[in-house]
Amino acid sequence: MSNPISILQDQVRAALASDTPLRLRGSGSKDFYGEVPRGSVLDTRGCAGVVDYEPTELVITARCGTRLADLEAVLAERGQMLACEPPHFGPDATVGGCVAAGLSGPRRAAAGSVRDFVLGVKLIDGNAEVMNFGGQVMKNVAGYDVSRLVCGSLGTLGLIAEVSLKVLPLPVEEATLLFRVSEAQALERLNQWGGQPLPISASAFYNGDLGVRLSGAGAAVRAARERLGGESIAPDAARTFWLGVREQTDPFFAGDEPLWRLSVPSIALPLDLPGRQLIEWGGALRWLKSTAPAAQVRDAAIRAGGHATLFRAAAGVGNVPVFNTLDATTMAIHRRLKQALDPKGIFNPGRMYPGL
Amino acid sequence: MGAIDTVEPGAVERDFSRVDRVALIAELRSILPPAALLVDHEDLKPYECDGLAAYREMPLLVALPDDETQVVAILKACRRLGVPVVARGAGTGLSGGAMPHKFGLLLSLAKFKRIIKVDPVARLAVVQPGVRNLAISEAASPYGLYYAPDPSSQIACTIGGNVAENSGGVHCLKYGLTVHNLLRVRGVTIDGEIVEIGNHALDAPGYDLLALITGSEGMLAVTTEVTVKLVPKPQLAVCLLAAFDDVAKAGNAVADVIAAGIIPAGLEMMDQGATVAVEEYVRAGYPLDAKAILLCEADGTPDEVAEEVERMKAVLGRSGATEMRVSRSEAERLRFWSGRKAAFPAAGRLSPDYYCYDGTVPRKRIAGLLEAIAELEKKYGLRCINVFHAGDGNMHPLILFDANVKGELARVEAFGAEILEMSVALGGTITGEHGVGFEKINQMCTQFRTAEIRAFHRIKAAFDPDGLLNPGKAIPTLNRCAEYGRMHVSGGQVAHPELPRF
Repeated sequence: MSNPISILQDQVRAALASDTPLRLRGSGSKDFYGEVPRGSVLDTRGCAGVVDYEPTELVITARCGTRLADLEAVLAERGQMLACEPPHFGPDATVGGCVAAGLSGPRRAAAGSVRDFVLGVKLIDGNAEVMNFGGQVMKNVAGYDVSRLVCGSLGTLGLIAEVSLKVLPLPVEEATLLFRVSEAQALERLNQWGGQPLPISASAFYNGDLGVRLSGAGAAVRAARERLGGESIAPDAARTFWLGVREQTDPFFAGDEPLWRLSVPSIALPLDLPGRQLIEWGGALRWLKSTAPAAQVRDAAIRAGGHATLFRAAAGVGNVPVFNTLDATTMAIHRRLKQALDPKGIFNPGRMYPGL
Repeated sequence: MGAIDTVEPGAVERDFSRVDRVALIAELRSILPPAALLVDHEDLKPYECDGLAAYREMPLLVALPDDETQVVAILKACRRLGVPVVARGAGTGLSGGAMPHKFGLLLSLAKFKRIIKVDPVARLAVVQPGVRNLAISEAASPYGLYYAPDPSSQIACTIGGNVAENSGGVHCLKYGLTVHNLLRVRGVTIDGEIVEIGNHALDAPGYDLLALITGSEGMLAVTTEVTVKLVPKPQLAVCLLAAFDDVAKAGNAVADVIAAGIIPAGLEMMDQGATVAVEEYVRAGYPLDAKAILLCEADGTPDEVAEEVERMKAVLGRSGATEMRVSRSEAERLRFWSGRKAAFPAAGRLSPDYYCYDGTVPRKRIAGLLEAIAELEKKYGLRCINVFHAGDGNMHPLILFDANVKGELARVEAFGAEILEMSVALGGTITGEHGVGFEKINQMCTQFRTAEIRAFHRIKAAFDPDGLLNPGKAIPTLNRCAEYGRMHVSGGQVAHPELPRF
């Protein structure tokens, strides 16, 4: 039986030989994200499976085509989790897609992003070389941190064939509290609480309701509940709510208006934009459902010290770039990095920026 | 330049012997006030090494700019004249990353000492690269906040150096490395272009250049400003000291703690050689008959800590701890830690010189590695005491020697090289937190194959096409790996059979 990574490598070689751009794809759960995918589909799902998992090492290594749900089930059996709570956006989302998209869920502000948990990758670059960067240990500073560089690069720097991720124990206890406050009050409280040793693991504000999730040791959660007050939400309802925020199945995300993702400093004041907003990550992430012109949304994000991504939009929004434009120096570095790892430009051309 | 352009980046060491020192002095004098440019031998001497004193080189010149405009002008001049540039913070690094280049400029960022802003609401600090690690936590302390990564040199080491090395410390298992605690780095490329990497939000558009620049050992850009995250200080910390009559049991106990779903704030291990050495020095009260001790720290609210300490005690008891002590006061907690923190000076008292290594292995391999090190002590006739960031599998063997005895340093280097190569073979890495620098450049050829080394050089060239930033560090040339491979033929296999031999 052939090694599944060699099979991927052969496909990349063949694409190189015939000058065929490749569209790297798992289940397609994130087809909507980034610029329009182009190229001939390379399906990663044949290269699947957990390669190594030792709970006491807090590391799991899986091939790119492994279903994220399968990986999380393996971890849950041993009382562990991917602490960045990556969204799946589909039942068959893959581990490779999760790392390539680099999107994190509600726990991000407290626990870290996908890239914070990436320890190593096996990468097939644009010369069809299979390379190992990073490893399976927590601390490793040998060589440049290519494994974290490719996280969130939307597959434009290479094919992530295998990845090692740091995992963490599931919290012993969780509780969700609800507060009825204004947007300004919610932002003020979240930033105030953020500076105190409280076990806040997620927050979401929408339309006068601020939901706060506490996770940790039983004693810590109990003490925080007493201190913060608010109304307790039943565990089942809370789970459904946070899953809805993570997977964007919450009613907030319904409707045909474009969905913008504004990543701003947590202390940014309420953003005065038309449409409706849901605030996560202690104030640092603002989801906006709005038909406002792109320039208006981007200006608001930039003025607040952040950036705006056109996260989801029905076709026909016009010629709006998905991501904020980079300054000339940074863009030049991006082009040269692309050249360094994918000189012929065969991986996901244009998925992030034109020319990358 | 023609000849260089035709050679792949990083194939061979570049020859900088024709750097024009006189022309460089003339250029730099037009940029810097007289006191900020050191040219005389006795002024250059203090810069000949960093924290790794075994390797020394005199720099051509030393520049001490105090603002970013000067840094830009200096880098542009060096680029134009083809002069290597080695950036330096406090010079506490342990891998020779800031060792000068014989034909290069040493660029000291020591005057960049300003804490520009501490924002307690946004929980961040904007600082210049020459600010000391501990100074950030001190400035944040009135707000109940601190900067989490705490390398053992934190009273002296600078944040610019921490960014360059992706420094760790004793609390990284729970609180992360430097890379997890940065929001933004502002730097200058060798072209004199200013790059803003990251921002004060939780992510930035484009590639994750913040991850790439962190730990890049001064090879990609020169840092001029850094924004770090600040986190709330835990209300309470308690340290549990557990003794074991067997090193393997202590190693397994580390895995048992993790398996129980506990992430201690710190989890350190010392072998008997280390505990005996430090006990004579600081009287930490360690049990001297133990083959190994673990220091296991819980932090959080008082209730949370009490709960976690009980869980730790239960686990460590089952793992065969022969004795357990829980710190009853902050003074006692600090006393437990005093021994661990004094390991390096204690080694310095035992022996005229010591050499600290820095590999990482999977936790389950700790005991095996310690046994192997004991064998190597016999093989090389040298003593080695061991301290570990056990929670991360990051070990610091301290090999004791006397540099005045002819041939001892060479034996130490061979001993250390075996430890590092064994770490790679056990599924680990040659450096957990000290960086490759000059010291571990050969072992890079063991950890990586030619394909990765080539990719590293192409990434370097994306920032620094002429290879002027810190040449000879971090990433070995292909030529060097070919030479090293020829010396180290293992199991009849040459490491890089595909390379031409020079």
